[in-house]
Amino acid sequence: MKAVQVVDSIPRYGLAKVAGSLAPGLGAKLGPVSLVDIDEPDLPAAGWHRVRPRLSGICGSDLATVDGKSSPYFQPLVSFPFVLGHEIVGDLDGGGRVVIEPVLGCAARGVDPPCRECAAGRTDNCERTAFGHIKPGLQTGYCHDTGGGWSTSMVAHESQIHPVPDQLDDDAAVMVEPAACAVHGVLGVEGSTVLVLGAGTLGLCAIAALRRFTTPGTLIATAKHPEQRKWARELGADVVVEPRETHRLIRRTTRSLKVGATLSGGVDVVVDCVGSAKSIEESLAVVRPGGDVILLGMPSTVTVDLTPLWHRQIRVRGSYAYGTESLDGEPRRTFDLAFELVEHARLGRLVSARYPLDRYREAIDHAANAGSRGAVKVVFDLRGEKRR
Amino acid sequence: MSRPGFVLEVDRSTPPILFHHGEGFRLEKLPAGSRVVYPAEPVDPLDDPEGAIRHALEHPVGDSEPLRALLRPGMKLTIAFDNEAVPLPPMAGPDNRQRVIEAVLELAAEAGVDDVVLIAAHGLHRRATEAELRHMLGDRVYDAFAPHGALQQHDAEDHDNLIVVGQTAEGEYVEVNKRAATSDLLVYVNINLVAMDGGHKSTMTGLVSYRSLKHHHNVVGMQHSRSFMDPPNSELHNATWRMGRVFAQHCQVFQIETTLNSDTFPSQFGFLQKREWEWSIRDRASYLATAKSLEACPPALARKVMHGMKSPQKMTSVQAGEVEAVHRLTLDEVHRQHLVPVEGQADILTMGLPYVGPYNVNSIMNPLLVMCLGLGYFFNLYRGRPLVREGGVVILSHPTRWEFHPVHHPSYIDFFEQVLSETTDPLEIEKKFEEDFANDPWYIHLYRNSYAYHGVHAFYMWYWGAHALQHVGGVIIVGGDPKAVRRMGFKPASTMRDALEMAEDVVGRNPSITHLHAPPILLADVT
Repeated sequence: MKAVQVVDSIPRYGLAKVAGSLAPGLGAKLGPVSLVDIDEPDLPAAGWHRVRPRLSGICGSDLATVDGKSSPYFQPLVSFPFVLGHEIVGDLDGGGRVVIEPVLGCAARGVDPPCRECAAGRTDNCERTAFGHIKPGLQTGYCHDTGGGWSTSMVAHESQIHPVPDQLDDDAAVMVEPAACAVHGVLGVEGSTVLVLGAGTLGLCAIAALRRFTTPGTLIATAKHPEQRKWARELGADVVVEPRETHRLIRRTTRSLKVGATLSGGVDVVVDCVGSAKSIEESLAVVRPGGDVILLGMPSTVTVDLTPLWHRQIRVRGSYAYGTESLDGEPRRTFDLAFELVEHARLGRLVSARYPLDRYREAIDHAANAGSRGAVKVVFDLRGEKRR
Repeated sequence: MSRPGFVLEVDRSTPPILFHHGEGFRLEKLPAGSRVVYPAEPVDPLDDPEGAIRHALEHPVGDSEPLRALLRPGMKLTIAFDNEAVPLPPMAGPDNRQRVIEAVLELAAEAGVDDVVLIAAHGLHRRATEAELRHMLGDRVYDAFAPHGALQQHDAEDHDNLIVVGQTAEGEYVEVNKRAATSDLLVYVNINLVAMDGGHKSTMTGLVSYRSLKHHHNVVGMQHSRSFMDPPNSELHNATWRMGRVFAQHCQVFQIETTLNSDTFPSQFGFLQKREWEWSIRDRASYLATAKSLEACPPALARKVMHGMKSPQKMTSVQAGEVEAVHRLTLDEVHRQHLVPVEGQADILTMGLPYVGPYNVNSIMNPLLVMCLGLGYFFNLYRGRPLVREGGVVILSHPTRWEFHPVHHPSYIDFFEQVLSETTDPLEIEKKFEEDFANDPWYIHLYRNSYAYHGVHAFYMWYWGAHALQHVGGVIIVGGDPKAVRRMGFKPASTMRDALEMAEDVVGRNPSITHLHAPPILLADVT
């Protein structure tokens, strides 16, 4: 089968890092990623099913891998070679359209009894990610044994499978995974002013999720590109500004004074959907003393002055993946809420371009420069691919 | 005897016309048949300004005694004066204010008046720097008053030192600087650069609070000021006159107004004062050298060069006494210098905007100030009817950089980034955003303690253009930063030819064109 695969090659990671620093997405030409013809993955055990991806999205974390920017932290949590792709809508071999919840928790790994986090439904915090009867891999798309969405065949455990309602088309369904990330990150956010930094797929989903599941007094969004600004407004941001205007807007909105470049006040909550040193610094600069910063975008190794975090007693919380949430006192699977959000906010509209696997370099280049090209979500379209 | 202003009809023999373009200049070939409105040459200045001042103080107009008779020992005397926004460019010393205030202080000293305070009446403008105050007042006055705290700058946010002296029949509160309002005599010293200045507007703008200013600085008022350079037809002036009369009932005001001739630019920029076909070889060489050098300079350096310029303008008249009687004479003097008869309106009005306006002395001409100068001040340089017909197009020439002075204009940046990205409609802006900016504690802090314009001042810049925005069918800026130009809802063009072609889309083929050849300043009397 055709698949876009990542190999463990330090020289190629080095080349990807150099290339990626020259131009986003350039790592696809020189790095550890290539289109290969490989065997379909075997079904690891009972409870596993073969899935034929229909659409599979290109995520920021995928691009970080392509451009050699992923943190070394992940090294023991993945197994090479692996096929990329964790935003997936596909067909079960036995019939039925499904969305894959990529986290590989204890159930998928055959770990019994499950760890205390999985037992509580918090698979995002699974303590056995590198153990069990499949090779290490924090998610489908990073595990050798499962394959990934950027291929014509992969395997998924029944705990990962969510049937897609008929009313959701493939574009909508492929948005469920990023929507779930956003829902997980923003549920429970409270504040009269909330800032979402970044308006890529994750940022836009976060805006939609905040509108759907929380009641922010004023929802502010930063967006670099005109199309992103349009979407941010469309999905519920009250005020949308360019990144360079953020600091000034927050000062004015929160009626803060300034001491040097530091605001005396700030927003109650910042949802950082970028994850760069710059965005984290910006988050710390514009959140109020005692406020919350949620890191929704995946950071890597960054250098950030944490003095304001210490001095202003800011709480920083990471937000990874999804699991079980508490909504109005009731436990709800994040993916169930994400399905609801995708349908309500019509997030399928954010799918901007579809590529066949053969054009994976173009697809990656497009995704890496999506904002500047007026795009949001770029996906691989596997529906026309031969199965062998 | 100076030659009056006149209207030239461009023909094939007409040389390219000079356009101011920020810190630089451009020569533009206008289509045959276009009209160019030229200002009058500078009228003769007073031979003996000091003598004229002494005479005016001894022979006041209107219902007023001579200043000498109003002064007595033990009284509380306040002298308020126009701030650095006038004249433009700043005049070579001695400044009119210095001459007048020295004369007033001399009389006060003779009368044994000890309690004298000077107040820079800057309204919601930024505070003046020491250098600017020294330039306006002279070292002698500055050194005599500033060290003892007797030289103050009006603070429209110092609520302990403001007082409501009354209300007009229309419900307008007159909240004024307490020191000025509670003095036995307020002497106001003005420089009447244009017909808009002076009269009751001096005190009712320079010495009041935001609460009072908003009665006349608002969108509807501006839209009904046609033009605000023609006080009898200006709602801005109607309101200030109503309020000024209330103030005059409460406080004795002795108004001293001065006028200037239009000798605006020093000799090295002499070509700016001349009509192009009269340029000598030296003028041409001077133009080329200046224009090319400024073009080659980084903007900040060009700005420094231009803002270092001092104008050779000279005093042409001085009158003192009761406010309204004084101002009538002042307006006559202003008209003597500025009025140029013009017949009929044009489809397109072109203007070259210079590097400086009232709100960027020693500062940056940011995009809002470009709008204000073009669609506010220059568009309103008319009496009777605008130079451009309703639905016509205004073409401005200016670099219009997305650049702001962070100390002087902090709220302007936010206005430009946050307000104009939502709407450019003055009424909507006023309704939705004005109060929020006006009461922002950070802007208030900067206005009071730094050198920032008040938070609401950016709004006034937009309001100044409200009448023009209502009147014209389009605005094009030649040579401006396209992004900044578009943010204001205008269209950018790289050349004048492109702009004229774009304008034809609005006004039709073969349009009539009028160019306002200013500065030096003129006032078009359009019939």
